[in-house]
Amino acid sequence: MKVHEYQAKQLLAEYGVPVPRGRVARSAAEARKVASDLGGRVMVKAQVHAGGRGKAGGIKVVSSPEEAEKAAGGMIGSRLVTHQTSPDGVPVNAVLVEEAIEIERELYLGIVIDGVVGMPVVMVSEAGGMDIEEVARTSPERILRTHIDPGVGVHPYRARGMAFDLNLEQGQRRAATEAITNLYKLFQDKDCSLVEINPLVVTADGRVLAADAKLNLDDNASFRQKDIQELCDTSQEDPLEVEAKSKGIENYIKLDGSVGCLVNGAGLAMAVLDLLKQEGGNAANFLDIGTLNDPDRVVQAIEIVNADPDVKAILINIFGGMARTDVIAQGIVAASKQMNIKVPIVVRLAGTNVDEGDRILKESGLDLIRAYSFKEAAGKAVKAAQKSS
Amino acid sequence: MSILVDKDTRLLVQGITGGEGSFHTRRCVEYGTKVVAGVTPGKGGADLDGIPVFNTVERAVAETGANASIIFVPAPFAADSILEAADAGIPLIACITEGIPTLDMVVVSRHLKQIDVRLIGPNCPGLLSAGECKVGIMSGDIFLEGNVGVVSRSGTLTYEAVSQLTELGIGQSTCVGLGGDPIVGTVFVDALELFEKDPQTEAVVLIGEIGGIQEQRAAEFIKNNMSKPVVAFIAGASAPPGRRMGHAGAIITGSSGRAQDKIAALEDAGAIISASPAEIGTTMRKVLASNR
Repeated sequence: MKVHEYQAKQLLAEYGVPVPRGRVARSAAEARKVASDLGGRVMVKAQVHAGGRGKAGGIKVVSSPEEAEKAAGGMIGSRLVTHQTSPDGVPVNAVLVEEAIEIERELYLGIVIDGVVGMPVVMVSEAGGMDIEEVARTSPERILRTHIDPGVGVHPYRARGMAFDLNLEQGQRRAATEAITNLYKLFQDKDCSLVEINPLVVTADGRVLAADAKLNLDDNASFRQKDIQELCDTSQEDPLEVEAKSKGIENYIKLDGSVGCLVNGAGLAMAVLDLLKQEGGNAANFLDIGTLNDPDRVVQAIEIVNADPDVKAILINIFGGMARTDVIAQGIVAASKQMNIKVPIVVRLAGTNVDEGDRILKESGLDLIRAYSFKEAAGKAVKAAQKSS
Repeated sequence: MSILVDKDTRLLVQGITGGEGSFHTRRCVEYGTKVVAGVTPGKGGADLDGIPVFNTVERAVAETGANASIIFVPAPFAADSILEAADAGIPLIACITEGIPTLDMVVVSRHLKQIDVRLIGPNCPGLLSAGECKVGIMSGDIFLEGNVGVVSRSGTLTYEAVSQLTELGIGQSTCVGLGGDPIVGTVFVDALELFEKDPQTEAVVLIGEIGGIQEQRAAEFIKNNMSKPVVAFIAGASAPPGRRMGHAGAIITGSSGRAQDKIAALEDAGAIISASPAEIGTTMRKVLASNR
């Protein structure tokens, strides 16, 4: 799960990582008020779950409350299109108004989980303010990595060492040491999968501040991070994905093809996308139905796929292990009774309880296109989609 | 011979009294696995089809000599169950549970490095040595005894690959599902090393996916240490970057996570790439034919 910059900065401030003075505003008038409270030049920043805001006109520096009002008015209620969003963009419902800072140096500070080592890794770099992926590719030596043993945490000497690596002066070094220590505490307490401050700036007046903040949370830990869940902003996501999530289907991703897919298992679901492409088609979605053995869930998954106007054929490919194919078959039968499915359905079942699953489908009398191998299923689905579109 | 599990494996089931736990315990027994004990805290003294249930893993090990464990415990408590099994001296643990918080796995993984324990998973289908022993949730009847080792980050895609092999009459030695999480106990290199040493295994199927760098590490190992042929498929070539494709580990961030980079590394190391997920079996058939 992602949170907005203003929410991330509130959390940073709570944990003692210094951020610029500022407040969120949900209307142009509110933005004017915040700007006048702050005084002087301010930045107006569109709050969306996407990078590349600056180039897309989502960040403006203005020198009066009136200008702040105008800038905010232009952003709030519009959709921002950046290189990271779909062509439709994402809605801007709020802006962050904060003091414009005189930047002397731009640094990078981030924490992620390193799956290979099995530990969080703190990354610092003097090459802040640029695309860190690009830095990692072109000059990896400019990113310094320190793995953190969860039992030990970030000791001051570690954070201090990183501050020295960043070539900071004494006063700033102390501030950076504290920022790094506190950021790790936040990472751990809130079950983050990523926190990134890019740039971490040294201001002309010598302060060390988080000028931007990105924070992603581990979805697996949501059961114990209830307060963080409240920060979720579904307006930033695809409506069909939000609908899927509300039905308990976590693993649905909208794509741009015409074959609606319903698959069990993430690897197999990815392979289905690959195979559809090889057969000359394209998937309208990724959907891993998971392993919950409940016909209702199958019905809901079919409902989600069927609700997508791009879908011209549905491919149900289930290889039962934990999931039982008889339960899937019951779900298919129930779904076709409960809703109007206008597109052809290709079904391929294999694995756990497949004889029973086949029997249920056969006896239902439903007009299904049956397939018995992986390739056959993908090929038939692509043909069916082409025919009905 | 096979790797990791065989006829002598004495399996313990953690979470044996739950819905999935009891269903799959029965399936393991049907396959021929010696399931000697179960653990559910508070249900000690009960039994499942005559398999005794204990309150703690320590007790279960003392009473039954269990030497492997499979975990069906819900995600909030699963990391604790892994630690309990490890501290009770169980050398092989397969954790099926999906959705364990990553920071819980950080702690588990640090602890396991200090003791001699092999963890398979979490968020995995387990493992199976054909005709000998099943410590997992895969459908047993798709397997055939034979000489091809299978190692994969995906569950159901593994079943797909195995069934393709079996339909062509190509049997398997052991099939290991590594799991789809960012932090897992066993990685490709570990499994390849075991398959390379196993006299029964003649060739290996490796099924990777987008995200992480474990396929690249496997490629390095294949290049320097493998004498047996490896057929590889990488899922997710058509996946959009920046989106988590179900598995927490399956997300393209940076260039190393992309399918084409993994395929290039494996190809360069001498692995034979199956371009289509539907051709894993036929690719292996060709490899075996040219090898014999």
